[in-house]
Amino acid sequence: MIVLPIALPLLAAAVSLLVSRWRWVQRAISLLTCTATVVLATVILLRADAETALVSQLGGWPAPFGITLIADRFGAIMLLISTIMILVVLVYALGQLDDEREFRLHFHPVYLVLSAGIAASFLTGDLFNLFVAFEVMLIASYVLITLGADKGQVRSGMTYVVINLLASTLFVTAVALIYAATGTVNLAHLAVRLAELPDGLRTAFGYLLLVIFGVKAGIFPLFFWLPDSYPTAPAPITALFAGLLTKVGVYTLIRTQTLLFPHDGAPSLVILVIAGLTMLIGVLGAIAQNDIKRILSFHIISQIGYMIFGLGLFTLAGIAGAVYYVIHHIVVKTSLFLVGGMIETGTGSGALSKLGGVARRAPVLGLLFLAAALSLAGLPPFSGFVAKLALVQEGLNLNHGGIVAVSLLVSLLTLFSMTKIWGGAFWGKPEDVKGRVRADERPLRLKLNPLMLGATTALVGLSVVISVAATPLYALSERAAETLVERDPYIDAVLGPAGVARR
Amino acid sequence: MTLALALVVAVLFGIGTYLMLQRTLTRVIFGLVIMSHGANLLLQLAGGRAGEPPLVEEDSPATIVGMDGAGVFVDPLPQALALTAIVISFGVTAYLLAMAYRSWVLHDSDEVEDDVEDRRIARMSPTTADTEGDIT
Repeated sequence: MIVLPIALPLLAAAVSLLVSRWRWVQRAISLLTCTATVVLATVILLRADAETALVSQLGGWPAPFGITLIADRFGAIMLLISTIMILVVLVYALGQLDDEREFRLHFHPVYLVLSAGIAASFLTGDLFNLFVAFEVMLIASYVLITLGADKGQVRSGMTYVVINLLASTLFVTAVALIYAATGTVNLAHLAVRLAELPDGLRTAFGYLLLVIFGVKAGIFPLFFWLPDSYPTAPAPITALFAGLLTKVGVYTLIRTQTLLFPHDGAPSLVILVIAGLTMLIGVLGAIAQNDIKRILSFHIISQIGYMIFGLGLFTLAGIAGAVYYVIHHIVVKTSLFLVGGMIETGTGSGALSKLGGVARRAPVLGLLFLAAALSLAGLPPFSGFVAKLALVQEGLNLNHGGIVAVSLLVSLLTLFSMTKIWGGAFWGKPEDVKGRVRADERPLRLKLNPLMLGATTALVGLSVVISVAATPLYALSERAAETLVERDPYIDAVLGPAGVARR
Repeated sequence: MTLALALVVAVLFGIGTYLMLQRTLTRVIFGLVIMSHGANLLLQLAGGRAGEPPLVEEDSPATIVGMDGAGVFVDPLPQALALTAIVISFGVTAYLLAMAYRSWVLHDSDEVEDDVEDRRIARMSPTTADTEGDIT
């Protein structure tokens, strides 16, 4: 059952490539597959929540020897939210991409492979299989980020590919070293065996994995590739990458740090310092930018800092806050990029100096942007407020005033930078692309594609739902964090309660 | 772990890192290829001493070779892992070469270019204002 969200899109990708002559068939296959995975992910989440974790041993080989797929609560939450994003962005992409990019350059099959890779990263219970899932996801993302391959895309795509390959090579190195020391790559088995290693060796492995997944997540000081490469891709693809790909890194960071290197409730000072710097540098970078997509890209980095902040506390409430923050961030960030993409498609530019009067030309866009931007800055009653409140409260409980102060300051700067976009793009006189004020002053309506508008509205609606349903969602995040902190439910689910292979 | 092989891994990583820090795209790609060779070789070494058979004989004790190297057969799993990693890096290298070629076609040069926005921001800084001619 839990192999389906991986297998189905892969199969559909193959079929999609075969029928690439019939465009409507291709579109239908993508839509159907993405809808089906959303349904599957919902069922998996419901069952995983009831049973703590769903486990499947591929090929019937028992746990430490075969490849394990596992959907615990955290993994299932991530799977559901990612499949929803993939579906929504697909609808948006159908409205935005031109025929050349969508059909001649095979957007659909590659997109489905990306979906399979992301699902596999969330569901795998095996360190080497995680590497393979990463590669499936990354290879698809290399193609998507350079879709069309114009000058800017090739230049920045190269940075993206090379830095990710370097991280992958380090990942193989880490797997080799960990295998040499423990003789296993199964995550649950590793959790048992790593505990028997000398402290120094274990800490070294912990930091090695922190660096590798830190590159993918874009934490300080490994974030520099992100704001360079994301903005050049087509709008829906940037939105999906911004929302999901870095969060796959965050997911693996949280997974490995909690499962393999437990801190027994003691906060990790290193991770907290990294979190603070990530927040601060990200938001300062955003302030210096002039392009909507680039401002938003820098905000991804500063937001990653908040999630790492929750992880660094290593307590139940801290990790629950991080889990809720990830859910909130994926939805809000994706919708901001989708709005940005619509402004760019409508006016022909994303540079703040060239934009103006969008609020008058398309009031809907203004409304959508405002809701998402205020949520990102963490103003009540939006979901960002709930997420930040949870983190700040736990930070204060543990007497980490420094990081709390940084996070509040960064919130303020985030709000400032959002007002910069608002003032630059939405207010002012309607201008055309060349920067000339229109002679007749008539607010010229922007043409909005119904598919793009529908997808964005749905997403902003979802972010409102996240804030309205904060109580049950936060309770779910807490249950997910419980499994993460206690570790035993995860290990038992994979290796069996008494533990045939506990050693 | 054989010392000679460990040294080879170190040298491969060294060369790979050096090449990757160059500005020319082809060198960066060669650097990545050499480094992934190093990683794959390291994966091999995780399986046990070189030269041991990868098979379990009927009368051989079923112990996997540990870090002490005292065993009678090599663990075959790292070899399978390395094979997977090799295939992946082969595919990605092919993609990278295509990108490098595309970059050469578009830019007529093999060098990694500066980011336009980065240059704009660098010009805003007072410390680089007087050297502006060099940056652009």
